[in-house]
Amino acid sequence: MNAIELEPSPALQEEEPGNYLSESHTVASWLLTTDHKRIGILYLYSILFFFIIASFAAATMRLELLNPQGSLVLSETYNKLFTIHGVLMVWFFLIPSIPAVLGNFTIPMMIGARDVAFPRLNLLSWYIFIGGGLFALYSIVSGGVDTGWTFYTPFSSTYSNTHVIAMAAGVFVAGFSTIITGLNFMVTIHKMRAPGLTWFRLPLFIWSLYSTSLIMVLATPVLAITLALLSLERFWGIGIFDPKLGGDPVLFQHLFWFYSHPAVYIMILPGMGVISEIIPCFARKRIFGYYFVAFSSVAIAVLGFLVWGHHMFVSSQSVYAGLIFSLLSFIVSVPSAIKVFNWTATLYKGSISFETPMLYAFGFIGLFTIGGLTGLFLASLGADVHLHDTYFVIAHFHYIMVGGMVMAFMGGLHYWWPKITGRMYPEFMGKIAALVTFIGFNLTFFPQFLLGYLGMPRRYHTYPPEFQIFHILSTAGASILGVGYLLPLIYFIYSLRYGKKAGPNPWRATGLEWQTSSPPPKDNFLRTPVVKRAPYDYSPFEEEHPQNV
Amino acid sequence: MRLFPSEASSVAPEVDHLVLFLIGLSLIFIVLIFLPLVYFAFKYRRGTKADRTPPRLAQWKLEVTWSIIPLLLMMGVFAWGASLYFHIERPPADAFEINVVGKQWMWKVEHQEGVREINAIHVPVGRSVKLVMTSQDVIHSFFIPDFRIKQDVVPGKYTTEWFNAAKPGSYYLFCSQFCGTDHAKMIGRITVMEPPAYESWLASNSSGGTLAVAGAKLFTELGCSGCHGANSKVRAPKLEGIYGKPVPLEGSVFQIADDKYIRDCILQENHLHVAGFQPLMPTFKGHASEEELMELIAYIKSLGRTNPEEDVNLEGTK
Repeated sequence: MNAIELEPSPALQEEEPGNYLSESHTVASWLLTTDHKRIGILYLYSILFFFIIASFAAATMRLELLNPQGSLVLSETYNKLFTIHGVLMVWFFLIPSIPAVLGNFTIPMMIGARDVAFPRLNLLSWYIFIGGGLFALYSIVSGGVDTGWTFYTPFSSTYSNTHVIAMAAGVFVAGFSTIITGLNFMVTIHKMRAPGLTWFRLPLFIWSLYSTSLIMVLATPVLAITLALLSLERFWGIGIFDPKLGGDPVLFQHLFWFYSHPAVYIMILPGMGVISEIIPCFARKRIFGYYFVAFSSVAIAVLGFLVWGHHMFVSSQSVYAGLIFSLLSFIVSVPSAIKVFNWTATLYKGSISFETPMLYAFGFIGLFTIGGLTGLFLASLGADVHLHDTYFVIAHFHYIMVGGMVMAFMGGLHYWWPKITGRMYPEFMGKIAALVTFIGFNLTFFPQFLLGYLGMPRRYHTYPPEFQIFHILSTAGASILGVGYLLPLIYFIYSLRYGKKAGPNPWRATGLEWQTSSPPPKDNFLRTPVVKRAPYDYSPFEEEHPQNV
Repeated sequence: MRLFPSEASSVAPEVDHLVLFLIGLSLIFIVLIFLPLVYFAFKYRRGTKADRTPPRLAQWKLEVTWSIIPLLLMMGVFAWGASLYFHIERPPADAFEINVVGKQWMWKVEHQEGVREINAIHVPVGRSVKLVMTSQDVIHSFFIPDFRIKQDVVPGKYTTEWFNAAKPGSYYLFCSQFCGTDHAKMIGRITVMEPPAYESWLASNSSGGTLAVAGAKLFTELGCSGCHGANSKVRAPKLEGIYGKPVPLEGSVFQIADDKYIRDCILQENHLHVAGFQPLMPTFKGHASEEELMELIAYIKSLGRTNPEEDVNLEGTK
C-alpha cells in the first residue's frame, strides 16, 4: 500500500538500463552536471575532504591535551588547530552536510520532481563552495589563522598576525553557496511539488529543510557583511570594531551571533528532519503530531533569530538585554522538546526494528536530549556567568552538533545509501559502527561537562594539572569515536562493489523517493507521480500480520 | 577527584543551588523521555505479541500538555536565573574598588592604597570587592571559578565585577576569552586573607602614595591643572565634587560623571563638553596609559570629597 499512485511498470522492476550514475563516466560529466543527485555526491566528497582535515586538527588537539604542559605542539599551532577545526567543521562540513548532500539528493525525489528549480544555479553553488574552500585552504597552508572560528575583534582585526582575511574570504565566499542553495530549495519546494502533494502531505524532512533554507537566505548575508567589515578594518584600518580606531568590539559580537546563532539551527534542523523520516519507517507508524513537528521547525527558525545575545551574557551587554535574550532562549527550547516527545510517542504501538539508521536515530534522541537540557544551564543567566567560555559550552554544543547533527547525517546516509548507490551497506558492521560512535562520543564529551563546571576555560593550550584526568578520558573517547567514523568509511566503499543489490525500496518506506529504481534514473521518475495520501502511511498491524492483509 | 569547584564566595552556593536544581530537572526530563523510549522500543519490537491496534490518543490534549508544562517550568527557571544574575552583576554599595587592567598576557592590578600586583590579587575575606576593569589591547575575561564569577574585560570601556570572598585560600584566576598566543598562560591567583593579615600585607607593600596621590601628580604633569586647577585663568569646569554627580551638557541634557564619562572626556576631543564652556579641551589619547587614566579618575574622585563614605555607586557601566 503505497502513498502514491504508480503502476508498477515492468521496466522499473527489471534490471534498470540507465541510471544517473551509469549515464556517463567521464570527469566532465561530473564537473558539468546539473543533476541534483550528482551535485549531492560532489558535495559528499567535498565535505568528506574537509571533515577529514578538521578531524585531524581535533585529533591533534586531543593528543596534545593529554599533557597539562602541552608538549606536542606550540601555543601558536594549538590556536591554529582549533581555528581550523572550528571553521572547517562549521562552514565546510556541518552547514552543507545534510542540506547540500542529502537534501540535494532527496528533495526533488521526495516531492516528485525531476530536479531542483534551478539546476545550473545548484552546480554554481557547489563551485562557489569549492572556491570558498580554496581560500580557506590557502589560509591554512600559508600559515593558518589563530582567531578561533568566532573571529572576535579587536583581536582578529588588529592584533592577530595570521591570515585572517584569507580565512574570512573563504567563509564569505562559501556563504554565497549557502544562500544560493537555500534559495534553490525554497523555490523548489514551493513550485516543483508533484500533483496532489499539498504542504501537509510533505515529508517532515522537507519542512525542516524549508525552515533551514529560510535561515540560510536571511542570516548568511549578515555574516558576509560582518566579515567584510572585519576585513575593511584589518586591511585599511577603518575603525569599526577596534576602540583605538573609534570602534566598538562588542558590535562585532552582536553581528556575528546574529548570524551564528541561527546558523546553529542550520546545523540541527536538517538533522531533526532526517530523524522524522527514519523513526516512522522503522517503527512502521505514522508520525505522531505531524503538524506539531512541522511547525516546531518553523518556530525554531523564527525564534532562532531572536536569541543571539545569549552568547553575550558576560560581554558587557546590558543586563536588561540579557534578561530578554535569556527568556527567549528558554522559549526556543520548547519546540525542540515537542519534537522529542512526538518522536517518542510515534514508537507507541509500533512495530519497531533496529536497523542501522534506527540505531542512529535512537542515538540522536539520546544525545540531542542531553545537549538540549544542558542548553538550559547556559540559557539560565545566573549559571551562565560561571559556565560561559568553559568546556561546559564545548560539551553542550558538541552534543547538539555532533551528537545531534552528525548522528542524524550518519543515520540519513545509511538510510538513503541504498537509494544513492543501489547497494546495501553491511548491516552488522553498520550496527557496530553506530554503537561504537555512541559510546565514543559520550566518553569524549561527557567529561567535558565536568571539566567546564570545575572551571576549565576553552581554547587553553596548557592547563592546571588537576584537570588532566578528564582530558585523558576525553582523548580516550575521541579515539573510540574515530573508529566509529572510520568503520563506515571503509564499509561504504566496500559496499559500492560488494554490497548486495538494494532494489527500489529496501526499507519498504512510503516516501516518493523510494517509488523509483535504485539508483534512480537521471530524471528520477519515469512518469510524474500523483500523490493521494498523507506521508508515513505505515501500518504496524500489517507489518506484524501480513497474511491478514 | 573533585566534581565541584570549592564554594569560595558569597554567590558560589547560590549558583550551585541553581545548577543542582537544573541537574535535578534534567534528570526528571531524562527519565520522562528515556523510560518510555526504551519501554516502547522493547515492548513493540518487531515480532513480539503486543497490542498494536491504532491507539486512540487525545492528540491535541497531549501536545498542549507537553508544550505548556515545559514552558511553565522554563519560565520558573528563567526567573530564578535572572534574579541570581542581577545579584551577581550588581556590586553592593559598600564594596571597595580595585582596578584591573588586562593586557596580552597578564593581569595588572592596582589597589586604591597604591599597591600594584601582576597576575595576583590579595583581598580580605568577608568584604565586598568591586573590580573596575579595562583592557589595553584585546578582549579578555576575568574568571574565578571558585567564586562563580566572570566578566569580559573590554578595551575602550570599564566593566565591573564584584565578589565577597567566603574563605581564606588561594584560587585560580583565568582569562576565559581567547586573547592570542599565550591565552592559556594568562592565569593568576586570588589570595584571600583574614583582615589583619590583609592589613599587614597592604602596609608592607605600599611604597608610594595612594592611587589618588599618583593621579594628582599626573594631573599636574599632563597639564590638566593648567585649566582645571584652582588658580587657572582659563575657563574650564571645576572638577571638585563632580564625580558621580550629573553634569549639565549642551541642550539641557545631563550626564553622570562616572568613570566612563571622565575617561572619554580625557581621550576624545570635545567629548560631550559641559554646558556654558568652550569646547577647548585637547585629546590625551596616547599620552596616558590605562593605569594612568585610572589614577586620574581616582584623583578626580577624591577631589572635594568631604566624607569618603558618601561615595555612592553611580556606575554607568555594568
